[in-house]
Amino acid sequence: MTGETRYADDLVLPRMAHAKLLRSSHAHARIRGIDTTRARALPGVLAVITGADLPRVRFGILPVSQDEEALCTEKVRMVGDAVAAVAAVDEETAEQACRLIDVAWEPLPALMSIEESLAHPEVRIHEYGDGPNVHKSVALQFGDVEAAFARADLVREDTFYYEGSTHLPLEQHAAVAHWGPDGKLTLWSSTQTPHYVHRLLAKILDVPAAHVRVVAAPVGGGFGGKLDPFAHEIAACHLSRLTGRPVKIALTREEVFYVHRGRHPVLMWLKTGFTRQGDITGCHIKTWLDGGAYGSYGVASTFYTGVINPVSYKMPVYKFEGARIFTNKPPCGPKRGHGTPQPRFALEVQLDRAAEQLGLDPAAMRRRIVTEPFTKTANHLTVTTTGLAECIDRVVEASGWRTKWRGWRAGEAPSEKKRGVGLACSAYMTGAGTAIYWNAMPHSGVVLRADRSGAVALLCGATDIGQGSDSILASFAAEVLGIALKDVHVHPADTTLTPVDLGSYSSRVTLMCGMATIQAAERLRGAIFEAVAKKLEVAPGALVARGGRVGVPEDWDTAVPFAQAVELGEAMHGVLAFPGSYAPPRRAGKYKGGGVGPSPCYSYTASVVDLSVDEETGEIELHDVWIAHDVGRALNPLLVEGQVEGSVYMGIGEALMEEQVFRKGLHKTPSMLDYKSPTTLETPDIHTILVETDDPEGPFGAKEAGQGPLLPIMPAIANAVYHAVGVRIDEVPITPDKILRALEARRRGKPARVGPEKLPLFAFKEPVVVESAFGQPADAVVVRPFQAERLA
Amino acid sequence: MMRLPPFTYVAARTLAEAAAALAEHGADAMLVAGGTDLYPNMKRRQFEPKVLVGLRGIRELAGVRGSAREGLTLGAGTTLAAVAAHREIVTHYPALATAAGLVSSPQLRNMGTLGGNVCVDTRCNYYNQSFEWRRAIGFCMKKDGDVCLVAPGSPRCWAVSSSDTAPALVSLGAAVRLVGGGGERTVPLAALYHDDGIEYLAKRRDEIVTDILLPPVDGWRSAYLKLRRRGSFDFPVLGVAVAARLEGAVVRDARIVLGAVASRPRLAEKAAAALVGRRLTPELIAAVAELAAGPSKPLDNTDFTHPYRKKVTRVFVARALRALGGLGDAGRAVEAIA
Repeated sequence: MTGETRYADDLVLPRMAHAKLLRSSHAHARIRGIDTTRARALPGVLAVITGADLPRVRFGILPVSQDEEALCTEKVRMVGDAVAAVAAVDEETAEQACRLIDVAWEPLPALMSIEESLAHPEVRIHEYGDGPNVHKSVALQFGDVEAAFARADLVREDTFYYEGSTHLPLEQHAAVAHWGPDGKLTLWSSTQTPHYVHRLLAKILDVPAAHVRVVAAPVGGGFGGKLDPFAHEIAACHLSRLTGRPVKIALTREEVFYVHRGRHPVLMWLKTGFTRQGDITGCHIKTWLDGGAYGSYGVASTFYTGVINPVSYKMPVYKFEGARIFTNKPPCGPKRGHGTPQPRFALEVQLDRAAEQLGLDPAAMRRRIVTEPFTKTANHLTVTTTGLAECIDRVVEASGWRTKWRGWRAGEAPSEKKRGVGLACSAYMTGAGTAIYWNAMPHSGVVLRADRSGAVALLCGATDIGQGSDSILASFAAEVLGIALKDVHVHPADTTLTPVDLGSYSSRVTLMCGMATIQAAERLRGAIFEAVAKKLEVAPGALVARGGRVGVPEDWDTAVPFAQAVELGEAMHGVLAFPGSYAPPRRAGKYKGGGVGPSPCYSYTASVVDLSVDEETGEIELHDVWIAHDVGRALNPLLVEGQVEGSVYMGIGEALMEEQVFRKGLHKTPSMLDYKSPTTLETPDIHTILVETDDPEGPFGAKEAGQGPLLPIMPAIANAVYHAVGVRIDEVPITPDKILRALEARRRGKPARVGPEKLPLFAFKEPVVVESAFGQPADAVVVRPFQAERLA
Repeated sequence: MMRLPPFTYVAARTLAEAAAALAEHGADAMLVAGGTDLYPNMKRRQFEPKVLVGLRGIRELAGVRGSAREGLTLGAGTTLAAVAAHREIVTHYPALATAAGLVSSPQLRNMGTLGGNVCVDTRCNYYNQSFEWRRAIGFCMKKDGDVCLVAPGSPRCWAVSSSDTAPALVSLGAAVRLVGGGGERTVPLAALYHDDGIEYLAKRRDEIVTDILLPPVDGWRSAYLKLRRRGSFDFPVLGVAVAARLEGAVVRDARIVLGAVASRPRLAEKAAAALVGRRLTPELIAAVAELAAGPSKPLDNTDFTHPYRKKVTRVFVARALRALGGLGDAGRAVEAIA
């Protein structure tokens, strides 16, 4: 660590002003009036704005959920909603001015849980949706689940609750806006999606998109928390327009808790039929998501609580019902694993229980039911390669599972601290198959320009959020062109300079922007080869590019240095600048909702956790985590291991301590001291095993690594706790208090369990019934849009 | 970012200078040593002093003098890291070394002082919040308001004593020397505290804590156990300090002190008395642990649920006594000192 990276908050421009937002202190209230007179009178204040000063435009990241205002005009829906903004000569003055803004509030009843929101249809948080306080309700059915349960030897019904959590990036959101004298706006921001921010800023500020430039500053941790357009960005832009100065705004940690867009709390009911051997006959899941105050990515999140589970195991028949409920809390959205950790927790804990009832080794049972490569799932998703079986084998082997697990251990004598192991698996997408707004254009674009110096400039819309995508894209160009990594210069995420990339989300950049980079590099190489072939009087097909030279392998002495090859190319073709484009294969299921879930390919993970539980205090001590991840191909093993370890660490926080607790309408712990997230000292030894399957859809065979490895951690811990002390904690976080309560229940002869006892009374709509596509062969290698020439 | 309010910093070089500055600025002034607790609180506007009197430059406040045989004198400015690593303390007053070594993180133990930890502000999760948060929920009586949000019917503040070293020092029978107002006095450390979240220190505004005095070790053994969510840096939500003088297996004298369950370190006197003159058997330990949990009355204003903190009190007292009696596994809460 050198501290050299310049984040958005490090930018300093001449005459720069500083801005602060006034945020709501009510969870739900009508705004009767806002008086900014006293704030405006404060010396040093340059401008004060409210929603009345902005175009009356509602916005949201998804076209179906346009429900946000940068500065609320009529009512606020959570503590932390922004209602006014101040630009001043310094941050202290801006903050002081915010305290001088008088807002007349008319408090409304605050609905702080799924149950409260459903119980009070007369209190409406929003006027739109699929029912009072119901943002979205979905129901999909693939095949006949009742018949599948009738065929089963064992049918289990279990309920689970997954607490919400926040991303907790080290970098708090910051932005600098500059509305220049030429009437053009530039916004530097810590964002994972400069393209979407670009589109939405134009709409929200009512200015031509052609005069808006969004530059993604290096992001100091995103995890999904910097994927929406935010009030602070919009306010900074407008304040810059008013003051004629650059305006910086940097959120406090507490404000980051209000911006949120984190993990949805989800209540779940899961019913699965099993044969005696452990095969799944069918599965039915119901999910209720606590969405918070706004839509954000919530419609997608709702689908994701249902659609990915069938990718890991054979589920011939599948039914999914889900509903997202509005509450007066910070809006939930896409946190690492987006909507899938919750149902994964439910499925993997239920599998463990089924294995016990059937007397099966839970590792062997899972090993038996992994999906077949190059087949379709019940819900029409295409599985290409899957290394899940190998992942299970490798963690079983490495962890010494067979000696540690030793059967279900019923009737073992209790001792104070008991040790247990648990296993769980998962699957995750390598990039979403569809864009957020419907279009037929590329999802990722790259322009490569070769310089006479031998350097290559790589212009890409993608944002490096710490995962290392800049270096991976550079390495693709270097690999194809046979030049040193250092000779590639990456210029990312600047909407006036770089082609569109949809953003750093859904684990899409290495695959999508990578494929575009490879295409551009191959085109550049083709042009260079043509020119070098002419000089060397050989066929272009005889040439190779490696070690910084272009030539014929059998006659390497005549090989031309790359810089000279570029000159030859430029002399022949003019400027050497080539685009690359990528869009995923069009594989969306032909039913309403079929657009959520498809991906070019899926990653797979298996994990074993070894821990001890203190039966007197309920405290859990993690000893080791073994994790095997099918990454397709590890292009930079160190980066992949970093992503896997980071995922494990984040999963441990969700499993053991992170909670979004609200009291009197307020977040109870909006600080890094009080919101409990583990540190390196709470992180056990992590043993990472990389499994390679060389997927034909991925760049050089690679699949994702940044999200999937989080998924098995929570259920593996829950299963290990059961193995250690025989209690089921069917909700996260698994706290010492819950363990003591479950042990106490067992002593009293009650079920040794802590988890949800009842489910909301909620009528899902009639499901869309579609035939199961389970087991159908995957379509032959699909021609990808914009990439036909690569197959020719 | 959260910013400090403006203030004047007086860098005192001697105790006399510091005392004079305190006397001069009266209620506008506060003392600061390591600043690890005060500065974050100032950013949240729990404190808005116009003047900070800095003690860091006062040489006479730092260092440990004496011996375990005659008793130790610890300068209030001694860093927590130094206390935790001091050979004599580690060997003869292990409860203190353990407690000091478990305060926050290594960086903060290198800055934070023993005197600062002994005087550390009481905590409450209605109080340790930003100005905007406190305004939104309605200010509490400890700062800017007039009710206790934990116990709204209560005439007093229930903020929690959150010092690790205080219960350890009280169990060891420590005293404290205070200088100021033209004189000095030495009082038992237990007498430094009131059971009130606001007026938690029986220290006059013009007094400075200069030394912590440990009595001769005289056969006393001690242990400290700390409950918190993360071993890496959290404040205690329960601290259990136990000290006892044993002759063979028979307890001759004992003190049990509970931290973070009241606004002051809480002595469990009945439990300690039940130990005296008895052999330290598993049965006695179980009975004493039950008695000791009696005065543990945590409220819902820290991390973890308060019934859970109460349950663990019993477990920790038993474990600390087992450790003193050499009766085997004391559990993982006794953490190794780096």
